[in-house]
Amino acid sequence: MVSKSKPGVYSKKYHISKRTNQLSPSGIRKFFDLLASIEGVISLGVGEPDYATPWHIVESAIESLEKGQTMYTSNLGMPELRQELARYLHHHYDLQYDPNTELLITVGVSEAMDLAMRAILDPGEEVIMPDPHYVAYDACVILAGGKAVTVPTYEEDGFELSAADVEARITDKTRAIFIGYPANPTGAVMSREKMGEIAEVAKHYGLLVVSDEIYAKLVYGVEHTCVAALPDMREHTILFGGFSKAYAMTGWRIGYAAAPKEIIAAMTKIHQYTMMCASTMAQVAAIEALRSGEESAAEMVEDYGRRRLVMVKGLCDIGLSCFEPKGAFYAFPSIKKTGMTSEEFAEALLKEEKVAVVPGSAFGDCGEGYVRCCYATSMADIEEALARMKRFVSKHQRS
Amino acid sequence: MLNDILKILEHDAQTTPRQIAEMTGMSQAEVSKLIKQALKDRTILKYKAIVNWDQVEDEHVWALIEVKLTPQKDVGFDSVAERIYRFPQTRTVYLVSGTYDLFVLVVGKSNHEIADFVSQKLSHIEGVNETVTQFVLKRYKEDGEIVEGHEEVKRQPVIL
Ligand SMILES: Cc1ncc(COP(=O)(O)O)c(C=O)c1O
Repeated sequence: MVSKSKPGVYSKKYHISKRTNQLSPSGIRKFFDLLASIEGVISLGVGEPDYATPWHIVESAIESLEKGQTMYTSNLGMPELRQELARYLHHHYDLQYDPNTELLITVGVSEAMDLAMRAILDPGEEVIMPDPHYVAYDACVILAGGKAVTVPTYEEDGFELSAADVEARITDKTRAIFIGYPANPTGAVMSREKMGEIAEVAKHYGLLVVSDEIYAKLVYGVEHTCVAALPDMREHTILFGGFSKAYAMTGWRIGYAAAPKEIIAAMTKIHQYTMMCASTMAQVAAIEALRSGEESAAEMVEDYGRRRLVMVKGLCDIGLSCFEPKGAFYAFPSIKKTGMTSEEFAEALLKEEKVAVVPGSAFGDCGEGYVRCCYATSMADIEEALARMKRFVSKHQRS
Repeated sequence: MLNDILKILEHDAQTTPRQIAEMTGMSQAEVSKLIKQALKDRTILKYKAIVNWDQVEDEHVWALIEVKLTPQKDVGFDSVAERIYRFPQTRTVYLVSGTYDLFVLVVGKSNHEIADFVSQKLSHIEGVNETVTQFVLKRYKEDGEIVEGHEEVKRQPVIL
């Protein structure tokens, strides 16, 4: 049935579950309705590569369709893909996962996060996560009946998560620590040392670390630390990895989870009833990405690296101080000097200068005073956006 | 360092030294110096536009010519190749392996002009044994750029 109410306004006519109502009504929803109605907007708002998927990957999927590979796959995902993944994780992190019991192919990291939370949480159990964080982390916890407990992180600390702060929030209801580095929205990367401290806390209290490493390949001049590869952490980790960002495959909807077999079995139970399996052609494409996508991924990362420098320097030159993001493809400048809230800033910037950025407050209280600027967009657009932002900031500078 | 600059310029020759400096973290002076040197030692041969002449009223006929040669004593193929590439009509000249020796791409104003070039110039050069001329009917891709039907990928305004 179609509700007559305006989009975004929930009709009272239908009962909506408490659990769903508990999800914060995205404050940026109306903002993006506005965005769609304005011409000539340069968007630094989208969190995805501006590249199309490398052709050899696309071509492999087309060929599979031509050959009639159009049926369901095993619930866990195609055996060849799981074997490639096991090889990949072994090659990059020296991790051993059994492709038959410890890997699950999912519809993006998005599905993997949902499955993991539903598999491990009982009502009222708590998951600790940094603030700011990617918008789906707390949503998945809430939908699974759990409670998200946030730990503030600060620009001064490079938005790294402090183990002591995590420890201070552990209760007898805590089940897991949910992290995602390189981070959306800050671009922060956790040093091996800091990550090791989190791992020690997890082991000491018998907690799981749920680690969203979708941006693992997108690091600039630093090394990515895979949590599961830290000493004795494999048994304490649910690892998520994806294809969306590194291989420019957001629209394919494919990702994976790697975890001890009891957890994968539980996640698979939910997955088999709610999803059956990930899209077959996307699985074929993912095999090709793992087998021969390294070079195309590296080229894209090299290019993001150049844009990152231009974006960060540009923002600093405008006077928006910006800590140096070492991963993902986001810059997270402070807009505090304008005296506006991040939502006011984003809305006014969009209306006055037609540049779209995402208010940091969308990612948690600690995101207030910041905006997220994605630099996975053309160099020309980055430069034009910076020029417009410069005009905007000098106009609104508080004297 | 120079490789980074070359990659950026090969992608877009209009990138300025200031922009390259920002993209690579080098100083602008250093970038300018390396570019100047690269032009001088002919690492960068030239900056040019890739034109789609089909868009404008201007006759351009392209032909690929396969040339078989007889090697000349002492100088091999090089001197014959030079006699050929000196003609301004030739746009690309490669020595290749396979059933013929030189691959020559020529551009002219008409089929007639190209036919004249082959019969009156090319085939008379000493050392040229045999030529096969193939006229280009359509250019799909030029120097890495798709000529027609190229569409920018448009991203949907999503937020996460
Ligand atoms: C941190 C993070 N995790 C997960 C996702 C979703 O990834 P996928 O496309 O694999 O579902 C995103 C997408 O923006 C993200 O930024």
